[in-house]
Amino acid sequence: MNLRIIKSGVLDTIQDLGRYGWQHLGINPAGAMDRFSAQLANILVGNDPGQPVIELHFPAASFFFERPALIAITGADFCAALNGEDIPVNQPVLVNKYSVLQFQRLNKGARAYLAIEGGLEMNQWLNSYSTHLKAAAGGYSGRSLQTDDEIRLSSSLNWGPYLHGKEFCLLPWQASTDWEKQPGVEINILLGKEWARLTEASQKQLLQQTFTLTPQSDRMGYRLQGEPLQLESKEEMISTAVNFGTLQLLPNGQLTILMADHQTTGGYPRVGHVISAHHSKLAQVRPGEPVRFSLMDHQQAEELFIQQQKHLQQIRNACQLKLEHFIHALH
Amino acid sequence: MSCTIPYHIFPLGDSAMTVDFGNRISPDLNNIVMKLYQELKASPLPGMKEAIPAYSSLTVHYDLLYCSHHRPVGKTVYDWMGGLLHLRLKALDQEEMVSATEMIVPVCYDPFFGPDLPLLAKEKNMSMEEVVHLHTSVPYRVYLLGFLPGFTYLGETDEKLAMSRKMQPSSVSAGSIGIAGRQTGIYSLSSPGGWHIIGRTPLKIFDATRDPLTLLKPGDSVKFVSISKDEFKDY
Repeated sequence: MNLRIIKSGVLDTIQDLGRYGWQHLGINPAGAMDRFSAQLANILVGNDPGQPVIELHFPAASFFFERPALIAITGADFCAALNGEDIPVNQPVLVNKYSVLQFQRLNKGARAYLAIEGGLEMNQWLNSYSTHLKAAAGGYSGRSLQTDDEIRLSSSLNWGPYLHGKEFCLLPWQASTDWEKQPGVEINILLGKEWARLTEASQKQLLQQTFTLTPQSDRMGYRLQGEPLQLESKEEMISTAVNFGTLQLLPNGQLTILMADHQTTGGYPRVGHVISAHHSKLAQVRPGEPVRFSLMDHQQAEELFIQQQKHLQQIRNACQLKLEHFIHALH
Repeated sequence: MSCTIPYHIFPLGDSAMTVDFGNRISPDLNNIVMKLYQELKASPLPGMKEAIPAYSSLTVHYDLLYCSHHRPVGKTVYDWMGGLLHLRLKALDQEEMVSATEMIVPVCYDPFFGPDLPLLAKEKNMSMEEVVHLHTSVPYRVYLLGFLPGFTYLGETDEKLAMSRKMQPSSVSAGSIGIAGRQTGIYSLSSPGGWHIIGRTPLKIFDATRDPLTLLKPGDSVKFVSISKDEFKDY
């Protein structure tokens, strides 16, 4: 009993929270771009937050359910519809068998996440389900989903009786996420090792000007367009480590922000790092949209991420209670 | 004996920190990096997700949430983890060096596989044979794997072969041997790249389904051996 892809999208891949422990071999972590939303999708359907989900870009794939399933869509709003009827984001939805899930319009954000109760049945590569496109490994055959692909669903629950013959049914709870209500343009950064090598004027400029995300932005990195920034000295750097969220200054004075599929090492000046708590909203910025940076101190950055994770944990506790209640109500 | 080489630790965002021993390519610094890497691998710091060795620096990625539950009250996770890393560095036994595995890598230096070989030879006023001779005359150290899964950074080449990167990256086949500055490297996968390509090895440097995943690892000693086009095909 499967989930079938009846129309492929532009880039839809299986992702989890990343593959760690292999960067010393040049194998970058990959994983969901917006990890908050990937975890939230799982939590809404009662899964472990680190279960594999499907990361969708617009135009996204269309899916056919061969069995009833409990699903949730989070992150970007691509105006999802089941058999032609709109369904909301951030809310669990029971789907009957023989239903078609489509994504109609790009309303907000850049990446949506589809989680299915019980998870997706597939093999891990190096302890992670994340698709590694360069290595052509992990996820679904190491590639993006294509028409006629079939994914086995692992759920041991039979959701059929809960639908009472309906095509789908919204479960009566929704996650409220403050992170989504904030516009994605204000991004906090920490100083990078080579920040001091920027001229004083360029330091000011980085924090005052509005940058635009260029179309050359993808899962590897975001290329920004702005007034070029200048370095005090042109000292050569040898390759050293970089991180998700690292702001690199390219020789032409433009900034690149490294994202989920970034290289493991780099030799460009690291002028800053986007705080972990803002990776999620950064992942939802689209080409053509503005980005502004402001500085944050290290302690605040840590606290903000810890709060974000605690918030997820609270949602998880609430969802588990509600879901258990819902499941038992039928008996 | 403690680490006597000066170093400093700095944050790489809020989920990682780097210990830097100096911005230069040196076997001694890389030995310390590898020593520290092996110690951390054998006995990880609390909440450590992984350690990544580079030329002369090592980066530790940690689980911020996990660490926040274990740090002493009033300390940031970074200060706590940085303090633990300092202690490890203090206890580091520099004397006992990491032993190198010697590897032979066959390379066909035909311009068919090394499209930039004629240009490099011309630029350096050498014959192509002289370039090949210089490139195969010494063993190289594997300093790090990075950029792509299994991409191998080796050093250092004879000064006479030093060549800066191309202005525009071009498409490079898996197994290609390149030169950038005094580094020489092996493209483990086909990819766009800016290094000057002088040959290709028939060996599979990276294989996602093999154990080990990569043929070479940091600290290894590599000697290139020239093979003919026919030998390449029969490999």
